[in-house]
Amino acid sequence: MLLTTKLKQTLLALGTAAAIGFTTLAQAADDTIKVGVLHSLSGTMAISETTLKDTMLMLIDEQNKKGGVLGKKLEAVVVDPASNWPLFAEKARDLIEKDKVAATFGCWTSVSRKSVLPVFEEKNSLLFYPVQYEGEESSKNVFYTGASPNQQAIPAVDYLMNELEVKRWVLAGTDYVYPRTTNKILEAYLKSKGVDEKDIMINYTPFGHSDWQSIVADIKKFGSDGKKTAVVSTINGDANVPFYKELGNQGISAEDIPVVAFSVGEEELSGIDTKPLVGHLAAWNYFMSVDTPENKEFIKKWQEFTKNPKRVTNDPMEAHLIGFNLWIKAVEKAGTTDTDKVAEAMVGLEVPNLTGGTAKMLPNHHITKPVFIGEIQEDGQFEVVSKTPEVAGDAWSDFLPDSKNIVADWTGKETGGTPCGNYNTETKKCSGQNF
Amino acid sequence: MMKHLLTLFLFSLLSITNAQATQENDVLPTILPLLQENTVASKQQAINTIATSSDPRKAAYLQALLAGELYLHPDGTLALITNNQALDAKTTEALQLPDTEFKKITTTNNLRSQLRKALEQLNMTDPDPKVRLQAATNLLSTITPEIAQYWRQLLGTETDSKVKAALQLGLDLADLNATEKSTRLQAIQLLAGNLAPEVRKRLQPLTTDSDPDIAQAAQRSLKQINDQIKLYSYAETLFFGLSLGSVLVLAAIGLAITFGVMGVINMAHGELMMLGAYTTYFIQQLLPNFIDYSLILAIPAAFIVSGLMGILIERTVIRHLYGRPLETLLATFGISLILQQLVRTVVSPQNVPVANPSWMSGSLEINSVLSLTYNRLYIVIFCLIVFTLLFMVLRKTNLGLQVRAVSQNRAMARAMGVRSARVDALTFGLGSGIAGVAGVALSQLTNVGPNLGQSYIIDSFMVVVFGGVGNLWGTLVAGLSLGVVNKLLEPWAGAVLAKILVLIFIILFIQKRPRGLFPQKGRAAGD
Repeated sequence: MLLTTKLKQTLLALGTAAAIGFTTLAQAADDTIKVGVLHSLSGTMAISETTLKDTMLMLIDEQNKKGGVLGKKLEAVVVDPASNWPLFAEKARDLIEKDKVAATFGCWTSVSRKSVLPVFEEKNSLLFYPVQYEGEESSKNVFYTGASPNQQAIPAVDYLMNELEVKRWVLAGTDYVYPRTTNKILEAYLKSKGVDEKDIMINYTPFGHSDWQSIVADIKKFGSDGKKTAVVSTINGDANVPFYKELGNQGISAEDIPVVAFSVGEEELSGIDTKPLVGHLAAWNYFMSVDTPENKEFIKKWQEFTKNPKRVTNDPMEAHLIGFNLWIKAVEKAGTTDTDKVAEAMVGLEVPNLTGGTAKMLPNHHITKPVFIGEIQEDGQFEVVSKTPEVAGDAWSDFLPDSKNIVADWTGKETGGTPCGNYNTETKKCSGQNF
Repeated sequence: MMKHLLTLFLFSLLSITNAQATQENDVLPTILPLLQENTVASKQQAINTIATSSDPRKAAYLQALLAGELYLHPDGTLALITNNQALDAKTTEALQLPDTEFKKITTTNNLRSQLRKALEQLNMTDPDPKVRLQAATNLLSTITPEIAQYWRQLLGTETDSKVKAALQLGLDLADLNATEKSTRLQAIQLLAGNLAPEVRKRLQPLTTDSDPDIAQAAQRSLKQINDQIKLYSYAETLFFGLSLGSVLVLAAIGLAITFGVMGVINMAHGELMMLGAYTTYFIQQLLPNFIDYSLILAIPAAFIVSGLMGILIERTVIRHLYGRPLETLLATFGISLILQQLVRTVVSPQNVPVANPSWMSGSLEINSVLSLTYNRLYIVIFCLIVFTLLFMVLRKTNLGLQVRAVSQNRAMARAMGVRSARVDALTFGLGSGIAGVAGVALSQLTNVGPNLGQSYIIDSFMVVVFGGVGNLWGTLVAGLSLGVVNKLLEPWAGAVLAKILVLIFIILFIQKRPRGLFPQKGRAAGD
């Protein structure tokens, strides 16, 4: 009897303590605006995504030092979807329903974005997606701050075609949606430029492919035809290192057959022996080596924040910076964090990027970006060999027969008055997200 | 002594004339402003200026630019910086300037190929025949009638047979565009059977020549070349297959011991390989100046690290689970996750850079269409050595005898005085150690990161099961044949489909022969 009373007392005490704890928490939540950070911190994608989590923490920290936004402090809610695509959707739901975040910054792979998209649309919340992707999408609830194919792949091909006079093309990619769609667009683009079918070689490999001997030997044979050959690589992640190593070992230098990659950046280069990669190319919208005062300051802040004087910056980090600044500006303009009002305020806003230009949010929820082509140097940095002015991001590629008549406009100007992300200019109909 | 003095005298004389020449022909004042401008166009102009000048140090400048060793100080000093030592580019005297102020003169692909061409022109008269051969081979594609004229002169004085052949090849190529038909026909015939890619490039357009004789001759020569190439490409595919196979064997051979001999389904096998690869990385970090040798040192070190880890796993977890395969599987899977996350937290979630020693880079050129990459070649050899050693250990040593005894009949072995617990631990340690050694080899081929093991665990089990559980020969044959089959399929099925086809083949094979290629016979097969 005595025991049970004692137990009851303890339980009661615990309960009260918990209740008090809860109310203080709730109060704290009222004083802050929550921002979701949805990046994998474990599993295969942790390599790339942990950096973006840290970037968001730095940006939020900095904004709080400036006094937050709308008189409130920002509070980061970090979750770990563990490189597991369905878990991305669950974590996104938690962020919106339980934590009531005002906006979420996250995702890396297209499949993770596709997995969370229905959640953000159903719950009407905002997602900022910072990575280059295959396009063919425009959602009311997503802002795409990474490059679409016309802001990365097509300018890179133009550079090879015009500056290096490449006549034969190898399109090599990892076997999943981004390389397949990008290569489809590139193939159509090359053919529209008069490149013959037999001068294009397309090759797909599994994730993490490490035995490149036969493929590199094929590329070598394909390139020994007398016409200048280049490889356009959408090879993802880990598979790149053995690929470049094999190229080097088989005696193919960047002068013979240059490789232009869309997934190799400073972060990826910092983890490998760069010797076999020197001279090969990459196309991005930002390079750490771009010499502007804004960039220098950003790099300094990043290295101080991570307490690592050798830490590198990369393109998706700049995309998050632009996305975050746009969101802050839109929230201030709208005077609220309400999804619809912020989304409306967002279109047309401009913020400076780190390479001396400005990023403008377009009605199709993509932004304007300059395109840089860089050559890999031994120190893992890029020497910029070509730069374009800002290019407007195109949600629906003009080079695919299925999407060339499709436009996205969330102000409704080009889509017959009603905002639409998938409007067919021929049939004058607005379809759902997918065809 | 006299001779030495004379040489010394001549040498000093030479340097005096050199010094005088330098003052007259010094190219630096002209190129410095161009280099300071630092645009691609200005650098291009600078390279042209150097190449056409008569500065005695022009080869050194071009070489340094190509190697990325030329640095520019804001005050206009041009320096050669190698291994943290700054030398004045002109006088080669040591510089005492703070090296942080120096900015490297960067080059792009176009500039580098321009540099290479300019250097190779200079190298045509280099005293080293190897350098001359390299230069002649690389200049084949640029051959014009004027250059051919010059090459004819060189051929007259050339003594090295290989360089002679290269020069002759260049002249033959130039003759393809001669005005006289007989010269052209002769050149086409001479080029038949030559495998240099330049030959194919030049013969191809001639097959549709307006003159039918020329077109026919070109077709014939080209066919002869293509037949040879086909033959070599079979040899190449076979080598690719064997090298992929030897990687599979290396990955599987440790498992052949733990799974094959002991019957433990060790899902952490891949992570033991990962530990071996990380050991290589740490050894390279410890000995940054001995990259060429650290790999050799890494082999025993990885064996010890992974072997000890294996013994630890066996003593703490697996020994409680003998005879319960499902629990072992789950427990070792858990261990594999723990090891992965351990590396992620302790080292970094990023991949770590493991350098290739110089003797592992490049390739052995058999001819211009067949070359075997050194890293693959060494790994094939390494795989065979590891296999032989392991085979000897199991056959010829006391430990091997005890291992086989315990795996065949534990109770009987114990009755004979074998300490079976100790043997279990050592066997598991041996298998794990071999996994570590395989990790050293993998570190040279693929990324070293926390996920390294996962990509090889399925393949390893595949090889062991296909080869027949408990049979080392089976593992060797299975690994090599799977590698060759995979590479034969790859050209027409693509890498993705080839892998699927191989898996389907194994599934069907196991249906038919559940005990693999070389099933265990006798009493041991019973359990």
